[in-house]
Amino acid sequence: MTFEEYVPGAADDHEPATMADMLTVAGNAAAVAPVGAAPILEVDKLRMYFPVKSPGLLRRTVGHVQAVDGVSFQVVEGGSLGLVGESGCGKSTTGRLITRLYTPTSGAIRFQGEDIAHAKARQLKPLRRDIQMIFQDPYTSLNPRHTVGAIIGAPLAIHKILPKKQILPRVQELLEIVGLNPEHYNRYPHEFSGGQRQRIGIARSLTLQPKLLVADEPVSALDVSIQAQVVNLLQDIQREFGVAFLFIAHDLAVVRHFCPEVAVMYLGKIVEIGDRDSIYNNAHHPYTQALLSAVPDVRQAATGGRRERIRLEGDVPSPIDPPSGCRFRTRCPIAQEICARHEPPLLQIGQRHKVACHFPGRLGEAPREPLTSGLLGVDREGRPDPGASPSTDLVEQPGFADTWFDLDKKTIGRV
Amino acid sequence: MLAYVIRRIFVGVAMLLAMSLVTFTLFFASPVDPAQYACGKNCSPVQREQARKALGYPSRGEGVWESNIKGPAEMWGTFAKGIVKGRQFPADEELRKAAPENVVDCAAPCFGYSTYSIRTVNEMVGEALPVTFSIALAAVILWIFFGVLIGVLAAVTKGSFLDRGIVGTSLFLYAFPSFFIGTFLLTYISIKWSLYPLPSYTSIADGGVGTWASNLLLPAVTLAMLYMAGYVRMTRAFVLESQAEDYVRTARAKGLATRKVLFKHALRAALTPLVTMAGLDFASVLGGAIITESIFNFNGLGKLAVSANTNYDLPVLIGIVLIAGAFVITANIIVDILYAFIDPRVRVG
Amino acid sequence: MSTAPTPYLSVQDLKVHFPTPDGIVKATDGLSFDLERGKTLGIVGESGSGKSVSSSAILGLHRGSSAQVSGHILLDGVDLLELSNEDMRKMRGRDVSMIFQDPLSAMHPYYTVGNQLVEAYRVHNKVTKKEARARAVEMLDRVGIPNPDKRIGDYPHQFSGGMRQRAMIAMGLINDPGLLIADEPTTALDVTVQAQILDLLQDLQREFNSAVIIITHDLGVVAEMADDVLVMYAGRAVEHGPCKEILTHPEMPYTWGLLSSVPDVSGDTNARLLPIPGSPPSLLNPPTGCAFHPRCLHRDKVPGDLCRTELPPLVVGTRIGSHLKRCHLSDPDSIYESEVLPEIAPDLVDEIVADKATDNAADDAEGAR
Repeated sequence: MTFEEYVPGAADDHEPATMADMLTVAGNAAAVAPVGAAPILEVDKLRMYFPVKSPGLLRRTVGHVQAVDGVSFQVVEGGSLGLVGESGCGKSTTGRLITRLYTPTSGAIRFQGEDIAHAKARQLKPLRRDIQMIFQDPYTSLNPRHTVGAIIGAPLAIHKILPKKQILPRVQELLEIVGLNPEHYNRYPHEFSGGQRQRIGIARSLTLQPKLLVADEPVSALDVSIQAQVVNLLQDIQREFGVAFLFIAHDLAVVRHFCPEVAVMYLGKIVEIGDRDSIYNNAHHPYTQALLSAVPDVRQAATGGRRERIRLEGDVPSPIDPPSGCRFRTRCPIAQEICARHEPPLLQIGQRHKVACHFPGRLGEAPREPLTSGLLGVDREGRPDPGASPSTDLVEQPGFADTWFDLDKKTIGRV
Repeated sequence: MLAYVIRRIFVGVAMLLAMSLVTFTLFFASPVDPAQYACGKNCSPVQREQARKALGYPSRGEGVWESNIKGPAEMWGTFAKGIVKGRQFPADEELRKAAPENVVDCAAPCFGYSTYSIRTVNEMVGEALPVTFSIALAAVILWIFFGVLIGVLAAVTKGSFLDRGIVGTSLFLYAFPSFFIGTFLLTYISIKWSLYPLPSYTSIADGGVGTWASNLLLPAVTLAMLYMAGYVRMTRAFVLESQAEDYVRTARAKGLATRKVLFKHALRAALTPLVTMAGLDFASVLGGAIITESIFNFNGLGKLAVSANTNYDLPVLIGIVLIAGAFVITANIIVDILYAFIDPRVRVG
Repeated sequence: MSTAPTPYLSVQDLKVHFPTPDGIVKATDGLSFDLERGKTLGIVGESGSGKSVSSSAILGLHRGSSAQVSGHILLDGVDLLELSNEDMRKMRGRDVSMIFQDPLSAMHPYYTVGNQLVEAYRVHNKVTKKEARARAVEMLDRVGIPNPDKRIGDYPHQFSGGMRQRAMIAMGLINDPGLLIADEPTTALDVTVQAQILDLLQDLQREFNSAVIIITHDLGVVAEMADDVLVMYAGRAVEHGPCKEILTHPEMPYTWGLLSSVPDVSGDTNARLLPIPGSPPSLLNPPTGCAFHPRCLHRDKVPGDLCRTELPPLVVGTRIGSHLKRCHLSDPDSIYESEVLPEIAPDLVDEIVADKATDNAADDAEGAR
């Protein structure tokens, strides 16, 4: 069987040849991610286009910043998904869409099964209790004229959850949870250090016992020694309260440490998504590989000398006018003609591993022929192939299917 | 940029129209009958109605305005038409026919005719505007030049006695109202001690630039004092702020001389907010000019506005309101254009 | 050490103190290090550790402020602190130059990139504008900016973040300085761009044979770039030595803390990060004795109250002569191997033990000589 013949969802037609085949198709999927937990958040083909106005008299819309362009993923209950990528890749916009600070252009955000993508302000109010956000900058995200107690207690008052008298004890309890002195509820944010302020921000986000926390670069503004304190605190909170996390960060090491599942974004699209092991030890997308190889490593000192990195040339293109086909192709070391013609679909290649590339493969092992041409019904250069018909049920779904195409064995993998 | 300016001018014209409409409405909403006022105390109803006709105001019935809404709106219509096409006065056709020798032609853009002064508004404003504009211009030059200079001096000597002296003095002067400074200059410098000749406005055409400028000095100083203290403090703050910028540190790290760091790098950045302030202040200088003109007895727009107000001289009032409005709007547009010159981030996206 | 070449840069007992109404802030308090041409020193520390203040003092940027600077900064034998303001100005940009963390704010938004480069060249060279422009184009080309003769007329905001930092590097190197100080040069950049910039810095250093000081909080950057490492805490050096030595055999608990609090792209994800408790100290009123003692997890291993009462001197560590540390612990290496390393990188323990055998042999050989 070849990749061309494989169609997700239709895989049940293909019976494995022997029992042995079935037993050995563990394939590319390696680490075990939290299996069985129900998704609390499901994002389906989410798009956010910001209009760009012309400078002329009429201020017509002349284009769109395609900040997020068809992103699908799941976050399971009590799980955590990391969103990584460089600035401008749309990871923060995605976070803001999920907390509904923005209204998406299209797509669905299903929170506990209910689509909140276009919910009205009134419908959003209960939602605001369940989805909370932790912001990057602990210096500007807290109102300097409010006491810490007022900041943390505000959600309780706004949502009228507790009578006024009981707010203070709850605030003190929260301060204690995040490792601050409960007696300090009367102080102002400027009396705290950066790390402590981030703790205040976390306490505020916990006030309403949310089910999902969107953490947008929660540690990147902090000193190194403080980052670890905050990461540990977030882990404790997750363990204790079972909160699901969407963890947005540019620091690959921190994301790897915190998230069993990771999605890599580039120019508004997910290029690779999977469990930790698939992304960090078995990356199949050239961008993920470049990203990983670019991270400076302390252990380099032990070996000495200069490490060979994959050098990405140039800069990230403008999201107003992204490259045709695959958006990474302008900087991709293995790009070919088909990449300019067709956008690669996000294909499942492991139990919990999807990649969007025409030439997916481990570093240095990328296939020479595009694996996707059959699926798209084109020849190897991406021109329409009269002999082939594009697969009609090539539908991207937020979660992972039970079957996938195993690149190593060229067979269908199964759970 | 051009498209932007054109758009701004469109909006500006619309705003001026709206302003004139509001002024009309406010004028007619007032309980005072301008016709009665023009006619005098012992005025028969017939005389009053004649005055009204002469003034060109819509007639009103007993006690209340006959056409509270229609009247002003209609008048505003004629007014707007006059701006575009020009008008003839008196407004009433019968009166024009009765005394053709008294008919005054007012070419477009015609702001109206002041029956009170028996002149067109264009003439009156045309005489007063150069006076006010001269005072304002001289004052702006004075306060910007000295304000920025002294402010920079204070910033570079931050913490020294000079700096503290400058800050203290500017605060001291800031506390004095301009009528005090003006009266002081006039009564002591000019009259009592005869240190400087008593100023009276002479246009450039009449006396040349030298006379024009020397006569403007005292009023301009009076007006400039009001703003200069503020500019000293603002400039000082802006320069200190921009000196703390990273790019000023870069300029120093390059080995540039202190003077070049200050003037090429720090001051250029501090200029942006100063230009904004200067533009808006220049526009609002009319308000300050009223007092200055009264003290020095210059026949400028300020004085004209005061007399028009006390005389219920609607056409003149409207004319001045529009001139002042146009001033503000133009100043704003100029500030925006200057911005593009100063800051390339505005110019090249 | 006597056979070592005279260092290009020698900083001796540098102190930078800022008088404030509340007392004296000792931003840098007795810092000493040497640096040769062609070598890179990495200065590591958190905000407020004095790393940026020290490098600004080398450039003489404190002049004209209230800072009190003492000690010696010898650059090629000349004490920079004794120079007149005018002489120091002439050194800046010509012999010592600096690139900064955020290239967007470090370049003047109102002048073109070319204007700023030309200006940097013409301050120190009597050349025409045209010649200076040609030099600027050449430098922009050297740092990898495409179409340099066109882009030279662009304003900084028209450049991307990585290109701006390249332009800053071009500006820093336009006069071929002997010493380049890079203050967090990649912190504001994305990882792939960071990799580009680090590569570029390394290439250029080799080409220009300059001494480079790279200031960073990222030990990974240090590991890839530096020959020597200086770890700073509360205005003082707490550990100083060859990069490999410091990062594989750190002897100061603060360095351990830095290593253990950063997750690694290949480390064990089940291991908990070991943060340094507490927050960096106030420099106005630093802790007595060892400034790190309130946050130190190994204080109990030092007899008595020594950590609290007495500032440990910066002395030669337990392993090799070039490794200096400021700590009262008598046997830090074994504590590191038995307590710290298993927590942060269990897979490295065996490696290091094997390494140690060869290292010891080498040390013995050196001692015998």
